Amino acid sequence: MDLLAKLKILADAAKYDASCASSGTVTRSSLGEKTGVGSTEGMGICHAYAPDGRCISLLKILLTNSCIYDCLYCINRRSSNVQRARFTVEEVVTLTLGFYRRNCIEGLFLSSGIIRSPDYTMEQVVRVAKTLREEHGFRGYIHLKTIPDASPELLLEAGRYADRLSINVEMPTEDGLARLAPEKDMPSIRRSMGRMRLRIDEAKAEKKAVRFAPAGQSTQMIVGADDSSDRKILAQSTNLYSNYGLRRVYFSAFSPIPNASAILPPKRAPLLREHRLYQADWLMRFYEFKADELALDAAGNMDLSMDPKLAWALQHREQFPMDVNTATREQLLRVPGMGVKSVDKLLQARRHRRLRMDDLARLRMPMDKVAPFVVALDYQPGGLLDSARLAQRLVPKPAQLEMFA
Amino acid sequence: MKSVVLAHEVDWAGWRAAARALALSDAAPDDVVWSVRNVSDLFAEPEDEAIAAPPGGFTVPRALVTLAETVIQARDPERFALLYRLIWRAHRGEKHILEMTTDPEVQRAQRLAQAVRRDTHKMRAFVRFREVTEPEGTRYVSWFEPEHYIVEANAPFFARRFATMIWSILTPYRSAHWDGEALRFDVGASPSEVPDDDRLEAYWRAYYSSIFNPARLKVGAMRAEMPQKYWRNLPEAAAIPELIRTASGRVDSMVEQPVFSDPRPSRIVAPPAAEHGSPLHEAAREAADCRRCPLWEPATQVVFGEGSPNARVMMIGEQPGDQEDLAGRPFVGPAGQLLDRAMQEAGLDRQTVYVTNAVKHFKFVPRGKRRIHEKPGTGEINACRFWLDLERATIKPALTVMMGATAARAVLGRAVAITRERGQPMPLPDGKGGNTTGFITVHPSYLLRVPDEDAKAREYAAFVADLRRIVELAA
Repeated sequence: MDLLAKLKILADAAKYDASCASSGTVTRSSLGEKTGVGSTEGMGICHAYAPDGRCISLLKILLTNSCIYDCLYCINRRSSNVQRARFTVEEVVTLTLGFYRRNCIEGLFLSSGIIRSPDYTMEQVVRVAKTLREEHGFRGYIHLKTIPDASPELLLEAGRYADRLSINVEMPTEDGLARLAPEKDMPSIRRSMGRMRLRIDEAKAEKKAVRFAPAGQSTQMIVGADDSSDRKILAQSTNLYSNYGLRRVYFSAFSPIPNASAILPPKRAPLLREHRLYQADWLMRFYEFKADELALDAAGNMDLSMDPKLAWALQHREQFPMDVNTATREQLLRVPGMGVKSVDKLLQARRHRRLRMDDLARLRMPMDKVAPFVVALDYQPGGLLDSARLAQRLVPKPAQLEMFA
Repeated sequence: MKSVVLAHEVDWAGWRAAARALALSDAAPDDVVWSVRNVSDLFAEPEDEAIAAPPGGFTVPRALVTLAETVIQARDPERFALLYRLIWRAHRGEKHILEMTTDPEVQRAQRLAQAVRRDTHKMRAFVRFREVTEPEGTRYVSWFEPEHYIVEANAPFFARRFATMIWSILTPYRSAHWDGEALRFDVGASPSEVPDDDRLEAYWRAYYSSIFNPARLKVGAMRAEMPQKYWRNLPEAAAIPELIRTASGRVDSMVEQPVFSDPRPSRIVAPPAAEHGSPLHEAAREAADCRRCPLWEPATQVVFGEGSPNARVMMIGEQPGDQEDLAGRPFVGPAGQLLDRAMQEAGLDRQTVYVTNAVKHFKFVPRGKRRIHEKPGTGEINACRFWLDLERATIKPALTVMMGATAARAVLGRAVAITRERGQPMPLPDGKGGNTTGFITVHPSYLLRVPDEDAKAREYAAFVADLRRIVELAA
C-alpha cells in the first residue's frame, strides 16, 4: 500500500478523537540552532478548520488501526471490517517534518490501535517521538496517546519526548466502559492518570527533574453511546479535573461509524448536547458554579433548548435584577449573556463612570438576553423578570438550534 | 495646521517621534494631518525634517504604547490620528484612559488592535510554504495576503520556527526573506513568483479530507475561524465544497446501514492471572474492588497497608491523602515524608514495621484542579474496619500504634481524646482471647498543621519521643 493510501486510512481512523490542542507547553525556538526545526510559544495555532468546524492543529493519525481490543464504539475495533494499514516509524517522521516545514501543522498527535501487546504498541509510539526529537531535532509539539496498561518505564520515556500525554476514559461510568469496551478497565485508566499527575507535578516542581509532559494531560469522554445522564458526565469531568489536574476533559458526541454494533444507538451525533455539556463545564471551571447548582430534570439532564446559565437564572429570578453599578464580579458572572471578558471590561469602566444601558451595548453584550436581568443608571427591567413568557422570549428559535442537531 | 509625513505604513519610530513632539508643543489632534509617503519612494532616504520636540517631560502609560505599536499595523488611514488623539488625552491628564472601556476612541483603538492580532495569528496559521529545489539548495516560498500591515512585525515568528530553512514570504505590500541568519524586507510581490504545486500538497489535501467527520458538519463554525478570503491561498480549501456536498449522504448511509451483528468473541486479552500470594496480597487484591462505602467512586484506588508480614509494630494512620491516592501506596505524601524522618530519628526502621490506614480510600472534596482532604466519618471507619481487622489478624503485631483520632476510633471503637491518652501503653484484645499492646500518638499530618514554628518543633520532638517509646515497647 502506498503512503497516500495509508495516510487516508490512518487519518480517517484518528478523527474521532476531539483533542487537537497545541497550547500550554514550554517555549522552544530554532533561532541560533544549526539543525532541526520548530518552535513552541505557549499559544497553540490552528492551521486549518475542517467543515466540521474543528481545528486542525496537529497531524492527528494512528500508527496502525489494527487492534486486538473490541471496543464497540470504535471504528478500529477488532470485529470491524474497516481496511487496515500500518505506518512505519520513518513514514510518520517524514510526514510530520514535511507538513511542519510547509507550515501546515504545529506538530504530531500520535495514537495507535493495540497490536501484540500494550507494551509493544507503546514502544512503537514512543519510538516515533524519540526519532523526531533526537534524530531530527524536532522542536514542534508532540501529543502521545498513552496506553494504560503499558509499563511505567515506557510512560516515563513518553513523557520525556511528548508535550502532552492523554488517556481516554471513553465512558462516563465504569459500568458503561465494561459493557462497551470489555478489554478496557476504568481503575487501570485512573491509576495511570494518577501516575502521570505525580510525574507532571514532580517535573514542574523541581527544576532539575527530567522533563515530563510540560503541557500536561487530557482525556476524552464519549457522550451518547451509553445512557449516562448529564449529571453523571459532569460529576465525572469534575472528578477528573480535580484528581488528575487535567488540562482538558473533552466531550465527544458519539457519531455513527460504519458497521456499527447493534448495541449502539444508530443516531446522528448529539452535537447540541455536547455543546451544552461544554457550557456547563465552563460554568463550573470559570464562572464559579457548583455542580449541584445546574438546572437538571428528574433524570439528571439539562434542558437542551437553552444554555445552562440562562436555565439557572430563570429558576433563580429572586436573585435578579443585578445592578451593574454595584454587583460583585461573582454576581455579574451569573447574568445570562455576560462573559468573563465583558464582565472584566465592565468592572474597569465602572471605576470611572456610572454605567448606562448603552455602555453595556458598547461592550457588545447581547442586550436582549442581558436586559431582563440587570439594573443600570437609566434602566429598570420592570415586569420583564416576572413574566411567565420570559423563557420563550429568550430561547433561540428552533431553526438556530438545528445547526447543532 | 501641522502635517506629518511618515516614511511607510508601519513607520513606528517616525510616528512616535512626531507624536511626542506634537504633544509637547500642545498641538491639538484636529490640527494635525497624518500621511504616508508615496509607495514608489518607499526605500528613499527621508527628506523632510523631523518636527523638533520642545524640552519637557513626556510620559504615557506603557500599556498605551504597547497598544499603539499594534494599532499602527492596521490598514486604516485614520489610525495615526486616532493614536495621537489617545496620546494627547493621556498627556493632558487622562492617565487611566485605557480603563475607559466604553469610551468610543478607546474602543476603536482596541478593535483595530484586535483585528491586527487576529490577522497576525491567521498569518501564522495560514501561510503555506512550497518547496523549491535549486542547485544551491532547497528554498521555501509562500504567497500570503494579509489584511493589515503585519509582515514586518510577524516575520520574526517565522524566523524562530524555521531558522534552519531558507524561506521567503511574499505579500502584495511587502516581502520577507530569511537567509538562515537574518531577515530582510523588500517591496511587495505577486503570486506568480511562487510555484503552483509542491510534492506534499496532495498528501496534505488527503489528510484534510480524511480528518473531517461528516457526522459533525458545522460549516458556520469553520467559516468563522477560517474566513473564505483566506481560502484561495490554502491548498486544502479546494476540497471543501465536495466535503460539504457529500457529508449528509455519507452520514445517512452509516445511520441506515444494517447493523453489524457481531457475535461478541470472548476477550482475547486475558485478565492478569490471579497470583496466589500471601494472605495479605490476597486481601489487598480483594480490597481493590471494595464497595463497602461510597468512597471508592471518586478515589483512584484502594491504598492497602504495606510492610513486613512479620512486623512487631503496626502503625495505623487515618486515610490515604492526595499523593497516596495517586501513587497507590500509604504514607508517601508530605505526612509520610515527615513520618519517615521522625522514624529514622527514633531508630525505627520502616522496613520492619507494617504501615496502614484506618480508612483505605481517600475522602475529599474537589476544588478546581485540587482536592481538599475531608475527615472520614464513623460510617466509613466502620465499613473499612473489616480490612483493618483482617490486617491486624494476619500481622498479629506485638504493638499497635494508633496515629490520631480516626485510627484510635477504628481500633478501640470509641471516641478518643488524643492529648489525654497518648503515650500510655494499653492492653488490647487481639480477638482470640489474648492481649497485645496498644499505643496512641498524634497523626504526623497534625505536625504539618501546627502554625507557629516553636510549637511545631516542640510537637515534633514529642512525636519522636513517642516513637522512641515504641521502639522500647516492641523490643
